[in-house]
Amino acid sequence: MKGISRRALLRAGPVGMAAAMALAAGAQADDATVKIGYAVARTGPNATGAGITTIPNYELWVDTVNKAGGLAMPDGKRRMIEVVEYDNRSSNEDLVRAIERLVSQDKVDLILPPWGTGANLAIAPLMARFGYPQLAVTAVTDKAPDFAARWERSFWMLGGGHDYAAGLVDVLSQARDAGTINAKVAVVSVADGFGIDLISGARPAFEAAGFELAYDKSYPLGTSDFAAIMSEAQASGADSFVAFSYPPGSFGMTRTAQTMGYNPAVFYVSVGGAFPIYPGVADGREEGVMAIGGVDAGSPAIRDYFARHEAFAGKAPDSWASAVTYASLEMLEQAVARAGLEHGALAKELSEGTFETVVGEVKLEDNQLRDLWWVGQWQGGAFRAVGPSGREGASAPVIPKPDW
Amino acid sequence: MIRLLLPLAALVLLAVLPALVSEYGLGLLIGAATYVTLASAWALFSGQTHYVSLATVAFYGTGAYAVAVLNEALPYPAVLLCAALAGAAMALAVGLSTLRLSGVYFVIFSFGLAELVRQLITWYEVNVTGTLGRYIFLDVTARGIYWQMLALGAATIALSAWIGRGRLGMALRVIGDDEEVAAHSGINLARSKLAAFVLSAVILTLAGAITSPRYVYVEPSIVFNPTVSFLTVIMALLGGANRLWGPALGAVPLFLAFEWLSAHFPDTYPVLLGLLFIGVVFLVPQGILPAAEKLLRRRAEA
Amino acid sequence: MLTTTLILGLVLGGSYALLALGLTLQYGIARIMNLAYGEVALAAAFIAVALFQGLGIPPLVSLPGVAAAGYGAGWLLYQLMMRPLVARSGGGGRLETDSILATFGLLFLLQGVLLTAFGADFTSISYLDRGISILGVPVAANRLVAFGICVLAGGALVAALRFTRWGLSLRAVALAPGAAPLVGIDVNRVARQGFALGAALAATAGASISMYQTFSATGGVVFTMKALVIVIMGGVGNVPGALAAGFALGLIETFVATAIDPGLTLAATFALFLGVLLWRPQGLFGART
Repeated sequence: MKGISRRALLRAGPVGMAAAMALAAGAQADDATVKIGYAVARTGPNATGAGITTIPNYELWVDTVNKAGGLAMPDGKRRMIEVVEYDNRSSNEDLVRAIERLVSQDKVDLILPPWGTGANLAIAPLMARFGYPQLAVTAVTDKAPDFAARWERSFWMLGGGHDYAAGLVDVLSQARDAGTINAKVAVVSVADGFGIDLISGARPAFEAAGFELAYDKSYPLGTSDFAAIMSEAQASGADSFVAFSYPPGSFGMTRTAQTMGYNPAVFYVSVGGAFPIYPGVADGREEGVMAIGGVDAGSPAIRDYFARHEAFAGKAPDSWASAVTYASLEMLEQAVARAGLEHGALAKELSEGTFETVVGEVKLEDNQLRDLWWVGQWQGGAFRAVGPSGREGASAPVIPKPDW
Repeated sequence: MIRLLLPLAALVLLAVLPALVSEYGLGLLIGAATYVTLASAWALFSGQTHYVSLATVAFYGTGAYAVAVLNEALPYPAVLLCAALAGAAMALAVGLSTLRLSGVYFVIFSFGLAELVRQLITWYEVNVTGTLGRYIFLDVTARGIYWQMLALGAATIALSAWIGRGRLGMALRVIGDDEEVAAHSGINLARSKLAAFVLSAVILTLAGAITSPRYVYVEPSIVFNPTVSFLTVIMALLGGANRLWGPALGAVPLFLAFEWLSAHFPDTYPVLLGLLFIGVVFLVPQGILPAAEKLLRRRAEA
Repeated sequence: MLTTTLILGLVLGGSYALLALGLTLQYGIARIMNLAYGEVALAAAFIAVALFQGLGIPPLVSLPGVAAAGYGAGWLLYQLMMRPLVARSGGGGRLETDSILATFGLLFLLQGVLLTAFGADFTSISYLDRGISILGVPVAANRLVAFGICVLAGGALVAALRFTRWGLSLRAVALAPGAAPLVGIDVNRVARQGFALGAALAATAGASISMYQTFSATGGVVFTMKALVIVIMGGVGNVPGALAAGFALGLIETFVATAIDPGLTLAATFALFLGVLLWRPQGLFGART
């Protein structure tokens, strides 16, 4: 139990001050805290993803809520959040045990999910058995509908590979119909669950839309040199280059394309393309690059969220899963205010309620967030959502992309 | 008689323990039982022969993967059997070709093996089956996993004890002492080493198969995590790899130490883990058990 | 097509060979199988980037300093950590196991320090990444620089080992650590030099990696594995062998990626590695003993 008090101490600094402020504001502070636990990857291969998308948002949210006097309860009282955090060491074995620990040892009130599809699936049966709602954000899976049905209190917030593939094909089809690009596409995909989900969704979608896959290969996770792949893609004669890739790969391909002067009309990378360091990786020449995700960069809520994130974490959030992660926490906050901490009522509220979040008004469909951005593009220094094109807040895609 | 009764009584006690502990306690028991099994199985081959194998996760991961592939097609016992057979077949193929490598070459080979298996499975899944992540939806409870792992661990230690008394154990010890001498004394080197390697590999594979329902989702990068191989080695060495109870004695405290460190010092955990590793190598190079024996003997002499 | 494969493969191979030079020295001369090798390279990469971003010192300028710091760190590491293990083993096979386990601990230690110091984020700088056309094939300038460093360092090392007295004693220790003292060689000193020089080369490789690759604090293992494969293929302690094996590996990976399937590059690497281990454990270029 010492560990908890130590972690709590680390976060207790602002707590006293906030409590005083809250009292001054007239809200009634309750003595009891709300214990919120999470087991995220601080070390190992998942530490990078968790460190970009998950951990800063959790910390920002806890800080924001506590500074406002705590988590509002249905009776109008506010209760401070106390965090219990473990390192899952990027291992599912340790993760599962940490969740058991949060539930049976620390008896936390709520559990926030870890980063990654595999990690979220690993804890789903446990969360279901213990009855905790699970707001799985960083889990992209086509089986989300099955999972939402299998585990009633699980919520899947980032869509599946097929959605992103279809969204991209949609954007490209419009450009082809307008005569801006030819009907050939060069596709590379990373050989892991994510890359496979996307490519297996993309192949039929491209073919149905009348595209020809002039180059279609997968590469192993951990590949660091893309010169060979990129020169093959360039030789394929396709106007569109599409990579279903992970960060080191997305960055490596960008730089390889720049140095070899490969200038396809559409240059698309997946995870990493919407990261705040991408313009740095592209040496300031990111204009026109497309990637997975996107935000309505013009909306005041998003602008405010980006500013707060930058002030708190010292860096901007990524423009894909970060905002959704933060939105999931806002949903949780509002659901608690309406339904309290009892898990059944809370899950029901999450499933049926409507929430005001940084990504706009959110209402889940069958426990899934479907109102998402599938494709974004760097335009004028910001990563803006371009697809689905009909959705409010979408920017028009710039095709062809200006040369590097 | 007491040598048999004591472990049996301990086993019974361990088997009823889940009724007394929380979910987290059970999770700890599963983790500890898994590492006791892994370290003991590893020592079954490597402890006596001094062939340091880093292929533990190649078998452990294969077991998990076998369950992921077969869990919807076959009943659970048949799945376990298939996993064991897959592990045995792999160990036979690997053993026949590699056990003549010695020293560090064997160490490096065994490490490369885990990577190769992982890459090949990935490529096969991507290009042939077109799915990479697989799901395991089995109705095995945490208690069920614990009891299976406990049984496997007990069987491993019993098997080690039985082998240690027989011809095979003698042969392995001689091989560990001096392979030249072993060859001259008429021991069939290849067959003894192969038998121990395959036995150890089957247990490692089964251990992977038994724990896999706890992951739900299996992907090569998740199940072929090289840290498992290294943890197994360091645990067995800490306890004393050439003693029957050595690996178990090393696995439990180290496992608990890792858990404690990661909970209390999540930020500096890797640094402390590294220091712990180095400490083990420097301070108890022969393992706790042999060091304790030495101390006792010295006291008896004095 | 063939020229493209050839040039891209050679350039890639150059960066691989550079990475492997230090490990083959550490392992061949000091008999230390250093699993934390990649972390040492990574630390150098982080330092080079920090110097570039913080003080505006380009990696090429800071490289000699980083390499010298690597030498110092290697020297200390050998003295503090490896020397007692060497003394304890008394020249037996135990050192190899002990060093694997101890440096595995070191791996975690360094990774933890890097995570605390630089965070878990990806790090990347843009430096010399203009394309330069070689026989019509565009190659990144920073990759070419790494290639040049590899040729320079490798060439100098080969020459020094072959033609100087110092090189002779290094080779003597590598070949017969037991017999070297008989001819008046201070084995401990030579092993320490070998280990420190290896660390300096790891730092050099790390600083060049920082010029062309995105990396993060948890990625050191990948570098170690790649270097290990090359060291085994080239023959342990065999510097020309490591150079040749590095180039061969770059060519093979590029060839597999273009002619067969990019998905098989890493599998091909490991298959080749295991094949060499089985067929010629002394390395492709080592003498049969």
